[in-house]
Amino acid sequence: MPDEITIVVDDSPVRVPSGASVAVAVAIAGRACRTSVTGEPRGPLCGMGICFECRVTINNIPHRRACQVFSEPGMVVRTGD
Amino acid sequence: MQQRFDILVVGGGPAGIAAAVRAAECGAKVGIVDDNPNLGGQIWRGASESIGEAASWRGKLQATNVTILCGTRVFHQPRAGVLFAEHEDGLQVLGYENLILATGARERFLPFPGWTLPNVMGAGGLQAMVKSGLPIDGKRVIIAGTGPLLLAVAAYLRQKDAEIAVICEQASIRNLARFSIALLRHPQKIRQALRLRKDIRGVPFATSSWPISADGRNALESVTISRNGKHETIACEYLACGFHLVPNIELPQLLGCQIHGGYVQVDELQETSVKGIYCAGEPTGIGGVESSLVQGEIAGFSAASRPEEARKLFGARERGRDMCSLLDRTFRLRGELRNVLSSETLVCRCEDVSYSRLQKHSSWRAAKLQTRCGMGPCQGRICGPATEFLFDWSPDSTRPPIFPARVDNLAAMTEPELQQTTISGGS
Repeated sequence: MPDEITIVVDDSPVRVPSGASVAVAVAIAGRACRTSVTGEPRGPLCGMGICFECRVTINNIPHRRACQVFSEPGMVVRTGD
Repeated sequence: MQQRFDILVVGGGPAGIAAAVRAAECGAKVGIVDDNPNLGGQIWRGASESIGEAASWRGKLQATNVTILCGTRVFHQPRAGVLFAEHEDGLQVLGYENLILATGARERFLPFPGWTLPNVMGAGGLQAMVKSGLPIDGKRVIIAGTGPLLLAVAAYLRQKDAEIAVICEQASIRNLARFSIALLRHPQKIRQALRLRKDIRGVPFATSSWPISADGRNALESVTISRNGKHETIACEYLACGFHLVPNIELPQLLGCQIHGGYVQVDELQETSVKGIYCAGEPTGIGGVESSLVQGEIAGFSAASRPEEARKLFGARERGRDMCSLLDRTFRLRGELRNVLSSETLVCRCEDVSYSRLQKHSSWRAAKLQTRCGMGPCQGRICGPATEFLFDWSPDSTRPPIFPARVDNLAAMTEPELQQTTISGGS
């Protein structure tokens, strides 16, 4: 298994450690995860699947909790929803 | 997919693993279900050590034939003896004879201005992110809140070469001194405490200190803390913030288990008020990993009808109970933490409900109905404990689904066929 893999976050390729969560990939890409109902950028809070602040769209499936999903090569992530 | 177990364990942390191991060793067909992608719970998350307690229990679990269902989130009980859970691949229907709830705890978060900025995280939350691969070396971190977790997180992040600017503990030096003396009754904890002290040597540690605001444009840039009554602004890249732990009691509540003072009530065999449903670990009282393990073992033996084996562990469990009340006393939240909010500070992060909007209401239910506080996807798991502290509100009944679920899985909740179906043995 390679030490790093590449996934796509908001149209840009990002190199992340193999086994990294999608939340980590989004952080490495320098992006926030979601936009709140009043328009604030939000990132992970609890890191354990409880707070739902790290929701992103993964491979066209919306509202995935980025902290609970491992990055996989070629995965396409969209933030800001 | 449908599966049936003699004993189903919900939660794959130390309590759940210990319960599953003991029950399986007694010959029961056991399944363990957890929302997270790996077992270990929050404390053993991603632990890769080949020695130590986590490794030892992992070895014991591997020696059994327990069915492990990770990435699977329980959201409903259509009828006694059956749980619905959601997996990426669809609905899981899990049948059980006896159930062991080991749902663990989460951090308590308290709102302050700026706490919704990206890079303000839970203390355990940041640790979990780093364990999941977040590079933290050379990053400047402030750790704030209350409880022993702050020190453990500081030690971990430092070991990963983060720069810890300061640890802000809201408890007073007097409470902490009493705590140290009381720890003398717990030799194992003393050893842990001494190791921690060594690991965080040189890190500034402030008592009676807490965050009063977090600032930055699109992400965190600085934190202002109160320290001995004075305000001080410190630049940093992360704020790791948690105010001790709150138990995850939503599922026990949904199943009708009796709750008192926020904790699930159990008898000496760890059985709840509902026959055949057991509970172990943090939901019965925040006592830490040793306590969770022994309760898990007792629950596992009890659920497998081996009370005589369970009884041998009662003495060990007592020590854990003592620790639980000691932690509650030492890290009780000070009233001043209520004064840091401004009227615009958001309390409910899912629905962006501000403090001033909540102040107009007299109960959790009224606030929910009028402002949508607690009605977003976290279902009040974050703002509920915060409003409990701020307004003394207590969340009312728990209703299914206890976690957001996909529409097709929700539809199963109303399908008479799935509700009534008898789940045959085997998988």
